[in-house]
Amino acid sequence: MKRFLLSLVVMAGISSATMAQSAQYEQTMAKNIGELDSTATFTPDALLQKAGLFERIGGAEKSQWQPYYYAAYCNVMSSLMQKDKSKVDGLADQAEADLTKAEQLNGNASEIACIKSLIATARLTVDPMNRGEQYGMISAKALEEGKQLNAENPRVYLLQGQALLYTPEAFGGSKTGGKALLEVALQKYAAFKPAGKLDPNWGEGYAKQLLQQASK
Amino acid sequence: MSLFNRLLIIAVLLPAWLSAQVNISGKVTDGKKRPVAGANISIKDSYDGAVTKADGSFSFQVTPAGEQTLIATMAGYQPLEMKINTAESQQLDIVLKNAARELKVVTIAAGSFEASDEKKNTVLKPLDIVTTAGAGADIVNAIKTLPGTQQTNDREGLFVRGGTGYETQTVIDGMLVRNPFSSGVPDMPGRGRFSPFLFKGTTFSSGGYSAQYGQGLSSALILESTDLPARSSASAGVSVIGVNGGVETLSKDKRTSYGVEADYTNLAPYFNVVKPKQEVNLGPEIIGTSANFRRKTSKTGMLKFYGYANWSNMGFDYKSLEYPGSTESYQVRNHNIYTNMTYRENLGSGWKLYAGASFSTNTDKIKTDTLPKNPAETNIGVRSDLTQTKLMLTKGLGNFSALRVGAEYQYAVERSAFNQYNLNYVDNYAAGFAEADVYFTPAFAGRFGGRTEYSSVLGKVNFAPRASLAYKVGYNGQFTLAYGDYYQKPEPQYIRFDRGLDYMKATHYIASYQLLSNYYTFRTEVFYKQYKNLVKTVPDYNNNGDGFAKGIEVFWRDRKTVKNMDYWVSYSYLDTKRDYLNYPYRVQPDFAANHTASFVAKYFVTKIQTNFGLTYSFASGRPYYNPNQPVSKFMSDKTINYNSVGASVSYLTSIRKAFTIFVVQVSNVFNQQQVFGYRYSSDGLRRNEIVPNVPRFIFVGMFMNFGTDRRQDIINNL
Repeated sequence: MKRFLLSLVVMAGISSATMAQSAQYEQTMAKNIGELDSTATFTPDALLQKAGLFERIGGAEKSQWQPYYYAAYCNVMSSLMQKDKSKVDGLADQAEADLTKAEQLNGNASEIACIKSLIATARLTVDPMNRGEQYGMISAKALEEGKQLNAENPRVYLLQGQALLYTPEAFGGSKTGGKALLEVALQKYAAFKPAGKLDPNWGEGYAKQLLQQASK
Repeated sequence: MSLFNRLLIIAVLLPAWLSAQVNISGKVTDGKKRPVAGANISIKDSYDGAVTKADGSFSFQVTPAGEQTLIATMAGYQPLEMKINTAESQQLDIVLKNAARELKVVTIAAGSFEASDEKKNTVLKPLDIVTTAGAGADIVNAIKTLPGTQQTNDREGLFVRGGTGYETQTVIDGMLVRNPFSSGVPDMPGRGRFSPFLFKGTTFSSGGYSAQYGQGLSSALILESTDLPARSSASAGVSVIGVNGGVETLSKDKRTSYGVEADYTNLAPYFNVVKPKQEVNLGPEIIGTSANFRRKTSKTGMLKFYGYANWSNMGFDYKSLEYPGSTESYQVRNHNIYTNMTYRENLGSGWKLYAGASFSTNTDKIKTDTLPKNPAETNIGVRSDLTQTKLMLTKGLGNFSALRVGAEYQYAVERSAFNQYNLNYVDNYAAGFAEADVYFTPAFAGRFGGRTEYSSVLGKVNFAPRASLAYKVGYNGQFTLAYGDYYQKPEPQYIRFDRGLDYMKATHYIASYQLLSNYYTFRTEVFYKQYKNLVKTVPDYNNNGDGFAKGIEVFWRDRKTVKNMDYWVSYSYLDTKRDYLNYPYRVQPDFAANHTASFVAKYFVTKIQTNFGLTYSFASGRPYYNPNQPVSKFMSDKTINYNSVGASVSYLTSIRKAFTIFVVQVSNVFNQQQVFGYRYSSDGLRRNEIVPNVPRFIFVGMFMNFGTDRRQDIINNL
C-alpha cells in the first residue's frame, strides 16, 4: 500500500511538473498575446521586446508554431511602424525567418500567408517608387493565397481592405472598396472561432477603428 | 497532515519553491565595439531572456539553476552560445561576429556605374533614368549626369574621359549594337534608339571594363533586358511630339511572354509653333516598331528575343556659310533593323552557358544641296549590316570565384555610295576571351583576363590584357585598381579609304574609392589613359596619332537627408590632349571640356502624387578651330561655358484602372546661351555658332499602362 501511495505521489509530482510546463506555456502565451492589444505594447520598440520573448518561447517549446507566428507578427508590425526606413529590411528579414519556422512546424497556412503579405508591404514602404510593383504583387498574391486556404479568415479581408484604403486612388486604391472589404472582415470576425486558444485572433478592434476612420 | 499529503504538496509546489531570482545583465557589441541593439538574449530551453536596447544593454531575472547555456542571436550575426553560472547574478560582455554570409562581398567595379534594380545598392535604377529632368527619358542623356561624361549635345554618342562618341560601345544582353542612336543631322544628334523601360539593368563603365567586351576604347554601356513581365498589360502614350502604344502578354503558365510596340513621332506640328533655328524641309518624323519574345525554358534557362525596326525622315534648310545668300539643304532618310536573341542556362556542376546571335542593318540616305547655286544634289548612301554570334561559358569556383571563357564572331558589310561612286568592304571579326574572378578572401578579389581579336579587313591580330583588384574596407567602402588594354577598329569612313590601317589602342589605369550604403553613394576615381595609333588623315591615312587623358572624378548621391528627396552631384576634371585626324600636333580636342559638373534632384510630394525634378549641368568652354589663328595656336580658342537647367513635373494618377503619368519637361529653362563651337567658311571670313536647334524644348505628354487580364485586379485591389 505504502509503495502504491508513494508511486502515486511520484507520478503526481511528475505530471504536475509537465502540466506546470504546459500551463506555463499557455499562461505566458495567453498573457503576452493579450498584451499585444494594449497601446503600451503596440509601439515599435515594445513590439521588438515581445518578438524576442516569443522567439525565446518558440526556442524552448520547439514543437509549437504559435510563438514563432507571433514573433513574426511583432517584428513585421514593428517594421511597419519604424520611422527610420533603413531598419525595415532587417526587421522584415527577421520576421521572415520566424515565419519560416512557424511554417516548418505546420502552422496555420492562411494566417501565415497574411503575415507574408505584411512583410512584403513593409519592404514596399522602404522605396515605393522602385519597389512598388514587385512587392505590391507579392503582398496581394499572399492575401489571395490566404483567402484560398481559408475563405473565412477575417484577417485576409482586413488586410485587403486596409491596402485598398491606404493605396492612393492613383494607384488603384479605393475608399468605397476598402470599406466594403472591412465590413466583410467584421462579418467574418463575428463568425470566426480560432482553432486553439493561442491561435491568431487579432484585428477585430483595428478593423472597426479603420472602418470608423474611413467613414468620416 | 499525513506524510502523503506533505509529500504531495512538496512535489506539486517544488518548481515554485526554487523561484528565488538572480539578475543577468550585460552589453552586446559587435567586432568594432559598437552596441548591437535588438539582439535576443536567452537561456536555452527557457523563456527567460531579453532583447538588447539601443545601447546594446540587457538585463533579466532567472531562477538559479547552476550552469546554463546562454544564447545570443541577431539577424546578420553568428549566433553565440556560452555557459553561465546562474547561481548568482552575472554581468556579461558579449561580442557578436558578423555572419559570414552577411559579409558583404567586394565587387569588381572600377570605372563602372551599375544601374540595375536587381541589386539593392545601385547608383541609378531604370526609373531614375526616366525621372531625370532634362534627360527626356533618354538613357544616354541621363548617363551624362554621371562623372566622366561630356555635355556634347551637338554630337552623337557618349564622350567619356577624353574619348570620342565612337569610343563608347553599346551592348544589349551581351550583343553589340552597331547603331545605338537614331540618325541626326549636323549639329543635331539623334536620340538613343532604345527605351529605358526595356532594361532591368544599365551599367555604365567609364573604363577598365571586362575582357568580355571589346572594340571600345573608352567606355561601355551595358544594357540588360528585362525578364518576364509580372503581368499582361497594354500601354499607350500621347505627347506633343507623337503617339505610342503596345501590348505585352504573359502566358497562363507564366513562362512565356510576347509583346509588340509601335510609335510614331512627328515634330512638324511642334516646329510650327516653336520655330527652330533651322527651317524644316523634311519631317522630322519617325516610325518605330518592336517585338519581343521571352521564354523561361527551365528553372534556370531563359530565351529572349528582341527585334526593332525604325524608319525616320529628317531634313533642314540653313543659310549657307560658304555661299552667302544661298541655302544649304540637308536631308536624311534612315532605316534601321536590330534583332537580338540570347539564351542562358545552367549546365550543372557550376557551369553556365550563354549563347547569343544578332543581326542588324542600318541605312542612311543623305541628300545635300546648295540652292539655288548648285542645282545638282549630292546623294550619299551608307549601309551597315552586322551579323554576330557569341558564346560564353562560366564556371563557378568556390563561393564567389568564377572563370569565364568565350568567343565571338562578327560579319560586317559596310557599304557607302557617294553619288555614283561606291566604296564597300566586308570584315570578318573574331575574338576570344578568358577571365577569372578570384576571391582571395570575401573582402579581397582580383579579376585577371585577356582578349584577343582578329579583323580580316585590317588583317591583324591584337591581344589585350586586363586586370583589376578590389579590396573592401569597413562595411561599405572599397578600393579598386584597374588596368587594361583596349583596341578598336578605326571608323568605317577611314577603313573605306585605306585598308592598311591598324587598330587604335588605349591603355587605362584607374584607382577608385567608393562608399556604398542603402541611402548614400560616394565615389571618387583618378585615371590615366594613354592613346596610341589614333587615325590621322594628314598627310594621308595613317595610325600615327596619339594622346592621353587624365583626371579626377567625384560622385555623391544622397537619398535620405531630405525626406522624399533624392539628389546626386557629380564633378569631373579632365586634362586631355591628342593628335589625330588633321591636327598638327597634340591639343585639347574640340569635344573635351576641362570641368564638367551636374546636379540632379528629385522630390516626390506624396500628397499630390507629383514628382518634381531639377537638373543642372555645367561644362567649361570647349576648344574650337579658328582658321584665322596661326598653326602654333591651333585649337586655342574656347567657347563660353555651358550651363543648362532642366525641370520636370510628373503627376501620377489613375484613369479608370490605368496607371497614368502626366509629364511636363522643360529643357534649358532659363534659355541660357549654349555654344558648342564655331563653323568657319573656307576663307575664314565668316563663321556660324554651333548652337542647339531648339534652345528650349517643352515636352508635354501622357502615358498610360493598364493590365489586360484578371491579375491586374489583384494589383488594383492591393
